[in-house]
Amino acid sequence: MEICGGQTHAIVRFGLDEILPDEITLIHGPGCPVCVTPIEMIDKAVAIASRPEVIFCSYGDMLRVPGSAQDLLTVKSAGGDVRVVYSPLDAVQLARQHPDRQVVFFAIGFETTAPANVMSVVQAQRLGLDNFSVLVSHVLVPPALHAVLGSPRNLVQGVLAAGHVCAVMGTREYEPIVAQYHTPIVVTGFEPLDILQGIYMCVRQLEEGRAELENQYARVVRPAGNPAAIAQVQQVLQTVPRKWRGIGEIPASGWALRPAYADFDADLRFQVQHVAAAEPAECLAGEVLQGHRKPPECPAFGRRCTPDSPLGAPMVSAEGACAAYYHYRRRESRDRPAEGTEPR
Amino acid sequence: MCLGIPGKVLEIHTPDGGMPMGKVEFGGIARDVCLVYLPEVVVGDWVLVHVGFALSKLDEQEAREIFSYIEQIGELAEADELAMPDELPDELPEALSPAEREGEGAA
Amino acid sequence: MTTPPDPLHVSCPAPRTDQSTVQLAHGGGGRMMRTLIEGILLPCFHGGQDAGRRLPPHDSAVVDVGGTRLAFTTDSFVVSPLFFPGGDIGKLAVYGTVNDLAMAGARPLYLSCGLILEEGTPLDTVRRVVQSMQCAAEEVGVQIVTGDTKVVDRGKADGIFINTAGVGIVPDGIEVHPARVAAGDKILLSGDIGRHGIAIMSLREGLQFDGAPESDCASLADLVSQLTRLGARLHCLRDLTRGGLAAALIEIADHVGVGMELHETAIPIMPQVRGACELLGLDPLYVANEGRLVAIVEPGAAQQALEILAAHPAAHGAAVIGEVTQRHPREVELLNAFGTGRLLDLLSGEQMPRIC
Repeated sequence: MEICGGQTHAIVRFGLDEILPDEITLIHGPGCPVCVTPIEMIDKAVAIASRPEVIFCSYGDMLRVPGSAQDLLTVKSAGGDVRVVYSPLDAVQLARQHPDRQVVFFAIGFETTAPANVMSVVQAQRLGLDNFSVLVSHVLVPPALHAVLGSPRNLVQGVLAAGHVCAVMGTREYEPIVAQYHTPIVVTGFEPLDILQGIYMCVRQLEEGRAELENQYARVVRPAGNPAAIAQVQQVLQTVPRKWRGIGEIPASGWALRPAYADFDADLRFQVQHVAAAEPAECLAGEVLQGHRKPPECPAFGRRCTPDSPLGAPMVSAEGACAAYYHYRRRESRDRPAEGTEPR
Repeated sequence: MCLGIPGKVLEIHTPDGGMPMGKVEFGGIARDVCLVYLPEVVVGDWVLVHVGFALSKLDEQEAREIFSYIEQIGELAEADELAMPDELPDELPEALSPAEREGEGAA
Repeated sequence: MTTPPDPLHVSCPAPRTDQSTVQLAHGGGGRMMRTLIEGILLPCFHGGQDAGRRLPPHDSAVVDVGGTRLAFTTDSFVVSPLFFPGGDIGKLAVYGTVNDLAMAGARPLYLSCGLILEEGTPLDTVRRVVQSMQCAAEEVGVQIVTGDTKVVDRGKADGIFINTAGVGIVPDGIEVHPARVAAGDKILLSGDIGRHGIAIMSLREGLQFDGAPESDCASLADLVSQLTRLGARLHCLRDLTRGGLAAALIEIADHVGVGMELHETAIPIMPQVRGACELLGLDPLYVANEGRLVAIVEPGAAQQALEILAAHPAAHGAAVIGEVTQRHPREVELLNAFGTGRLLDLLSGEQMPRIC
């Protein structure tokens, strides 16, 4: 299993699974923060972005993710001020430039993005900005890995850990996981060669009966990670239970703002009431995110669920497993009869 | 997740916001990147950049190894115009041998 | 205590995304734009015609007027900002329509110019834009012979919107149309891709970077007139605009019912475009262009076509990038250096910069 959605895309895009021997099956894991952001969070984002005084800043990935009724792009087309930013510091800059508006930044991601996201809060505090806040929805890899490997339905025998998450957090927190599940974990990069090398190292461990933590991505990842980044993140964020879209709540699997930074918490500032949406089980995002199914095995794939009319986030996100298969491998879906979706 | 790309630090400056910033080059374009998390970085270093922040300094030795393998694959590709799939698996394990010896010690 | 989540209770809500209003994606050159055109516009404008005689859509319509084949086209320009490195909305408005005429093999002759001006736009800006249009027109050898001007309230247009319509004459013996594309044809690209889209994106707040390329905004009319020396061996031309190289070829493949195979390593991309795309997480194959074309020619004509392109100043790194095939009809496959392929598909709308 590869954890990271960016690795999934590289695999599907370069056809790496096609050039591997049949004995190796790649399962795509839950490493797409866009896919796993809970629907309640999207709904909160939509509600806040719809307010006329708000400039809502987000990474581009989040704009097309469907909430209960809308996505952020729909809010934009209805007149909301929704802006794509490349860096969280750009959102802080907007807050400085528009003191009369409320600038809200959608702080999502795994551990990789947290150092950047928290720095926006630190900067805003340093600059004394009272019109800047963040809507935080961070998720953590190790608890997700426990959920996958600890599931009675787990088929995963080796794991390619997310290279950039580990660039920040280091590799040490994966050693207990290796020990608990006796499963090799190889920290892997994102180029096709990195992924092939990571798979090779996993397979070698399995063939030699070893279960160890290895680092394929040594040019970027050190065992201790980036201590300055970790320290800053821990100062601003605290561990909380987090709901994963399609999977459910995993304890201690998310990060949220510490009480000391409550002034910058958009959730508190805007007090959005959320009505829990009833959830029909048509979308199998959970099965896909946990690696139990491949996207083409979902009955809705390519028919009722396409990037234009997605049933769930993995079909929309640039690195969602479903989107990867849809864009790069659609022949499998085309072999099945269409069911009244858009004309081809 | 985490689109991170390597870039070369061309200059370092500290504007009045207080955070060290670097002009980092990525294949012909350059952008300001926040260096607050890599205080030890100097001009000429290669860093991994994600959403406008440098998160890790690239290890030159390790990087050189990977780039040489990529070159070898590129040469394979040029040699046959397009590398055919059944040729590739034979070549790859040989190319990996030196790195795998490194990889065993790196964990 | 960590209980693994019960896999039986996984679920995902079916969202009710609003499909009843115009979205920005409808203008993005991707799938939603096609859905709008094929779902609402074409049935209305083509209803009643014998569908079997209807040719696949092309950049211009070619109509017979008293024995002369006239190419006729229109295009609207809403780019913001109005002035960008390498061009401006006026230049685009002239070149865009001139290029559409050229894609039918026509010699562009006359343009119209419809202006929609936003209240409050400086008159100096208007002057600069129309002067730019006249310069571009003179350079290409077309005349702007008619036009219209409207003013709308502040906030109803991004400064200036321009519509240009154009007519040209298709010389005898030239039949350049997607319907002529056949298996075995070679696909050529006139130059490196992605400059315009990256130039525009680099002006957006927060996405700026040094060394951004200029737009490749240019007229292709003269280049095309050189290519018409290939006579009947020139099958099809398409200029790349929104949606990039991928959209241009996918549309042809899909409408005509052929397959295409492209070689990734043969597609020229300048390092600045590659760097910007990597930084922002964009695929250069889908990034907008304004001065590039693909030419689909008989296999025997590929070498001569390449020589014509290579010798012309409007081409920058021309290359043969693939071929038309009978395999996998309606699909465009991109073969990479590993020898594996991936399908190119239309995106829903415009690409967004991404972090993942």
